[in-house]
Amino acid sequence: MTEELDHTGQDSDADSEEVVLTPAELIEKLEQAWMNEKFAPELLESKSEIVECVMEQLDHMEENLRRAKKGDLKVSIHRMEMERIRYVLSSYLRCRLMKIEKFFPHILEKEKTSGEGELSSLSPEELVFAKQYMANTETYLKNVALKHMPPNLQVVDLLRSAVPKPDLDSYVFLRVKERQENILVEPETDEQRDYVIDLEEGSQHLIRYKTIAPLVASGAVQLI
Amino acid sequence: MNEVKSGGRSDLIPTIKFRHCSLLRNRRCAVAYLYDRLLRIRALRWEYGSVLPNALRFHMSAEEVEWFNHYKKSLATYMRSLGGDEGLDITQDMKPPKSLYIEVRCLKDYGEFEVDDGTSVLLKKNSQHFLPRWKCEQLVRQGVLEHVLS
Repeated sequence: MTEELDHTGQDSDADSEEVVLTPAELIEKLEQAWMNEKFAPELLESKSEIVECVMEQLDHMEENLRRAKKGDLKVSIHRMEMERIRYVLSSYLRCRLMKIEKFFPHILEKEKTSGEGELSSLSPEELVFAKQYMANTETYLKNVALKHMPPNLQVVDLLRSAVPKPDLDSYVFLRVKERQENILVEPETDEQRDYVIDLEEGSQHLIRYKTIAPLVASGAVQLI
Repeated sequence: MNEVKSGGRSDLIPTIKFRHCSLLRNRRCAVAYLYDRLLRIRALRWEYGSVLPNALRFHMSAEEVEWFNHYKKSLATYMRSLGGDEGLDITQDMKPPKSLYIEVRCLKDYGEFEVDDGTSVLLKKNSQHFLPRWKCEQLVRQGVLEHVLS
């Protein structure tokens, strides 16, 4: 559907290479990022370049539709497409925001301790949002409860006690996109031992998230 | 605790430990209750939009209202920064779209409502209209319009 548009090729500002994606590929990347984010128990890397490109794409489509003549069947089909894309994008961003709010002390701690070269899991705007959320919640708790408590109890360590950590041991379904060898699977219980598995391309598995977390980040597997 | 240890009254230590544990437990219960309320108030922003119905507002303490306002503001700042000039309102499009236009029935008197191409529709109680889905979503959530499914 989106291949019928007048313009093709969007420059995505990814890292140092200029990768030119067709609109169809861009939407596919968005859907993959969306599904990964939905099924992963922790906050994944921020794909702000995809978000920006999709927003640009939607603006272009809107303009094209405004110039097209009314009553044309293609107009409604394109509008429907736009609404669907907008839904996927909103759902992706909502999912991320929900995870940020759910795990905010852990995420902010990770941001503080992550090095210079590592990719951030928060876009700059999300970082601002997370910090404001944390400050807001802390101020609220302090004003309502903590200032009435004895002095040595006044600081609640949100990181350790109040807010639960993301459960990296939860099981996820995945489809393998690139063949992987020698993935070390750690034992769940003490009786089992470590074993090594190979992941064939195209196969589907149910596995603990912790084992394949780096593969999700690199794009070698897709969560389903 | 240190005074007790240095003063030689070590038989008080269990009492102090017990008191400390019960203080910690009380604090944990209080914080859990307050935090859970905050999570519910956050859910209200996503369900009802920026303006809360008065009935709900009476149930919230002054600090909770302030928390809600701060949350609203940072959410709005985030949404505006999302790309393009006006940003993206992600509190819309909560469900995948099934069709472009939907049949809605009006539950309350709302007044004039303007549609895309400039025509305006008078929303009176019990009137039915066939309107673009994305314009109505907000009103359906607020309870002014009802989605007719038949």
